[in-house]
Amino acid sequence: MLNYVTSYLSSNTTPGQAGNVLWTLIYILIVFGGVSVSVIAMNWLERKALAHFQIRLGPMRVGPHGLLQPIADAIKLMTKEDIIPAEADKFVFMLAPLIILCASFAVYIVIPFGPTHAITDLNIGILFMLGVSSLSVLGIVMAGWASNSHYPLIGALRSSAQMVSYEVAMGMAVVSAVLMTSLHGLGPYGVGVGTSGTGTLSMIGIVQAQQEQHVWFLFKFFPLGFIACGIFAIAMVAETNRAPFDLPEAESELTAGFHTEYSGLRWSLFMLGEYAAMMAVSSIAVTLWLGGWFRPFPNTLTGQTWDLVFSLFPGLTFLGLAAIAFVGVVRMPKHAYFRAQTIGLVGFGAVLGLIGLLLFVPPVRDRIQDIFWFVAKVAGFMYLYIWYRATFPRYRFDQLMKVGWKVLLPIGIGVLILTAILGVVL
Amino acid sequence: MQQIVQPGMQPVATTFFFYFLSGLILLSGVFVITCKNAVHSALALIFGLLAQAGLYLMLYAPFVAGVQIILYAGGIMVLFLFVIMLVNLERSRRENQFNKQWLVGLLAAVALGALFVAVYAKGKNLFPYRIAQPIETSNTQEIGVMLYGKYMFAFEIASLLLLVAIIGAVVMAKKRI
Amino acid sequence: MGAGQPGDRERPIIMTDRIMVDPKTTDAKTSDAKTADSTRFLSHLELGEPDKTFLDTNELVINMGPQHPATHGVLRVILKLDGEQVLGTECVIGYLHRGVEKIAENRTYTMFNPYVDRMDYVAAVSNGLGYCEAVEKLLNIEAPPRAKYIRVILTELNRLASHQLWLGTHALDIGAMTPLFYTFRDREEILKIFEKYCGARLTTHAFRIGGCQYETYEGFEQDVIKFLDFAPPKIDEYEELLTTNRIWLERTKNVGVISKADAIALGVTGPVLRASGVKWDLRKAQPYAAYSDFDFEIPIGANGDTYDRYTVRMEEMRQSLRIIRQAVGRIPEGPIMAKVPKVMKPPVGEIYHSIEAPKGELGYFIVSDGSTQPYRIRVRPPSFVNLQALDIMVRGALVADVIAVIGTLDIVLGEVDR
Repeated sequence: MLNYVTSYLSSNTTPGQAGNVLWTLIYILIVFGGVSVSVIAMNWLERKALAHFQIRLGPMRVGPHGLLQPIADAIKLMTKEDIIPAEADKFVFMLAPLIILCASFAVYIVIPFGPTHAITDLNIGILFMLGVSSLSVLGIVMAGWASNSHYPLIGALRSSAQMVSYEVAMGMAVVSAVLMTSLHGLGPYGVGVGTSGTGTLSMIGIVQAQQEQHVWFLFKFFPLGFIACGIFAIAMVAETNRAPFDLPEAESELTAGFHTEYSGLRWSLFMLGEYAAMMAVSSIAVTLWLGGWFRPFPNTLTGQTWDLVFSLFPGLTFLGLAAIAFVGVVRMPKHAYFRAQTIGLVGFGAVLGLIGLLLFVPPVRDRIQDIFWFVAKVAGFMYLYIWYRATFPRYRFDQLMKVGWKVLLPIGIGVLILTAILGVVL
Repeated sequence: MQQIVQPGMQPVATTFFFYFLSGLILLSGVFVITCKNAVHSALALIFGLLAQAGLYLMLYAPFVAGVQIILYAGGIMVLFLFVIMLVNLERSRRENQFNKQWLVGLLAAVALGALFVAVYAKGKNLFPYRIAQPIETSNTQEIGVMLYGKYMFAFEIASLLLLVAIIGAVVMAKKRI
Repeated sequence: MGAGQPGDRERPIIMTDRIMVDPKTTDAKTSDAKTADSTRFLSHLELGEPDKTFLDTNELVINMGPQHPATHGVLRVILKLDGEQVLGTECVIGYLHRGVEKIAENRTYTMFNPYVDRMDYVAAVSNGLGYCEAVEKLLNIEAPPRAKYIRVILTELNRLASHQLWLGTHALDIGAMTPLFYTFRDREEILKIFEKYCGARLTTHAFRIGGCQYETYEGFEQDVIKFLDFAPPKIDEYEELLTTNRIWLERTKNVGVISKADAIALGVTGPVLRASGVKWDLRKAQPYAAYSDFDFEIPIGANGDTYDRYTVRMEEMRQSLRIIRQAVGRIPEGPIMAKVPKVMKPPVGEIYHSIEAPKGELGYFIVSDGSTQPYRIRVRPPSFVNLQALDIMVRGALVADVIAVIGTLDIVLGEVDR
């Protein structure tokens, strides 16, 4: 039994490639659980971070510093009355959130958290991801239509038009990155022969190409990789209908969006799908341009000592979070009403500290590296999402489409052509 | 890079998946033509197209499967759905299904079936292996080599045709240029 | 459905009573026969055709209802759209009508003073200033210099507070949710000063006919000076967030343009007029209450679009700070109340006095019949007159711009409806 477990812990392929159904299922469950927990954490983080941007505190009452707020929200949404409009098409009405959810979650099949830590490594990984995220457009259109009301329909059509337009720009950026996988040479301008020169569409292959070329694609052919990543970063914000591209679902506009008629748990499914899609496209961006699971500076700062220094980061991060929690404990008001919250926060800090200490243990430390750096980079992108929402006004719909077609697409094509030229010349 | 087909990557339950996917396609086809609500028909068609992508995967053509999902299910069917939703089809929903010419329909279906059986009987020897064999180079590479090598001209002409179609659509739909 | 009656002015928007009537119980012919009024309206909206979807008609009449997060109060705007473009609008007001002017006929002049704050509840101090000065003019008395200076300081503080509220809500309508919190936080300081002075934050009732009731409290000048040092970096912060932001520029440039001639023809006043290029500010043109002692500039804009109105109001905020700084340094000593009879019986006559409120020209037309209660008080609210410009400003714009333009007009429904 233990042999069975250890044999798969030390395998060199992903479970899907090895064809092992049991381990694939276990990975799927782990990823699914991880994404769900992340969505809850992301909900909390968004409310707190947005509040702090706006010089207020955010949820503070439900649990220490509002940590249990998402759970309270989930309970509230689950106990709400499930309203289906009278003339609505029931089947399609119920199907729409499920389609969006399935499309958002299906992307996680190909996302690599490490060289062997993916559910599977399809050799058309990127293509699969582009295809599946275009299925969520269907869900939105169905949601708008099934509500049988003018405003959700207009909102849904606008939203889907926006998503389809920005998919084109996203595709251009993705093709630039895939092109870079097929290049010879090391470093930002590809001097010398370092790689086999075969391109690949598989996600793990793209990250390994970045390793073999000794450069993150963000810095490849500087500034081309940077611009391509920028195009993808903007397009992914528009893909997921987030600010500043959230006109279809803004409250102060006339059309209140495709999820107007949804209430309770169905609405929360939309939000779940939206956050999961945000994390999925952020993971894609990290894989394509930011070197996936590699630690920062894998080639300029090499050697045993640097490896050791960087391997301490996970533990230090958690210990830092625990320290912040304990500072919060110290600053809690010393009043009987806050006793429960103080104890809760102490417990939370203690759990974080224990995890941090656990991450210093060498066997765990080695295994957690890939996953930690990947998740840290994705977390950076998620913070950017919240930052955009707090700072920028909203684009009007025609300006939004103009940016997608007349600005991003030409720049994307230009980057693609220049990358191809540089790839052949250098 | 990764080896496309690794040792130990055996096709899993080929027969089961073939019959399952084909059954899904047939079922969705039946729903497409029998649903009264046009949106339901479109949804059934999407389902069928996704099952077809699965069949492409079984034929070791992952690129075609991916492109099928992106373009067909995610692009063309969305377009169909837009049109269906924007055009009011209330009237057709209230109409009764009629089958006054069932005899002619039956004869045509039998003739088509006989044609299929004849084609299968004649062409059985073209495919000696029942199960598709994996190819050495990747499907993506093969397609790339074909499109940009042997069929370069056709590819460019097709893209030019699409450009003409786009411009035509924009000109017809825009109110002022 | 005829062409209309003689003397009918060209209605910008086609609206029919049928929208408010239950479509199931009436049809086109009967409602036309019933009300002669409906001949004034032509209808392009064909109700009751089952084969047409709402998207088949070229023109669509929709309603931005009284309750709407972006209409700054209970304003109903009926939009006639062609797809996404606005062909015309009609504003339906009166949801907040409280009969203030009628109430005035049954109150004495002193008793009416608190009612005036409730009209433009954002800039209550300005309202009070206009009314007190109008009655003083009627009674032919003048407030003492100290009272005038105190009035100027408080009114300019209120102008700043009103513009800050405008900025927060306008940015929120356009989608930037953060400046709202910043401006409200900074507005708190001003409201604290008001509270210390007269006990109220919003509906201040700060002034009395003939001067001020309350002497400035201990530390008033220090508080105001502290605020003067606190405010400019905050205004810079708002500018940093918005002025050069590409999205803000795209949403506000060339949106809601009103030309100089149109603005003057419609009677638009305030920052809206100044942004169209007309250098008209009542504080300089017809100075009142010690404004002639101070040195300040009138910002004007060039294009008359939303961005110009934004820059004009931002600059006005800075100019207000300049005025306050000059005023607080040299408040003259002396009485704060003039000799006003206990029972006020102004001579028979009428008077119109207007001031530059934050939103435009706020005017009071008071007719006195010699008794203690006015015969008629008519208030000329700036928002009411500015709202007429909405129709011209949004012709040809998109629906999302309507919300931006309503925000940029800076209307307060309490003033529009009274």
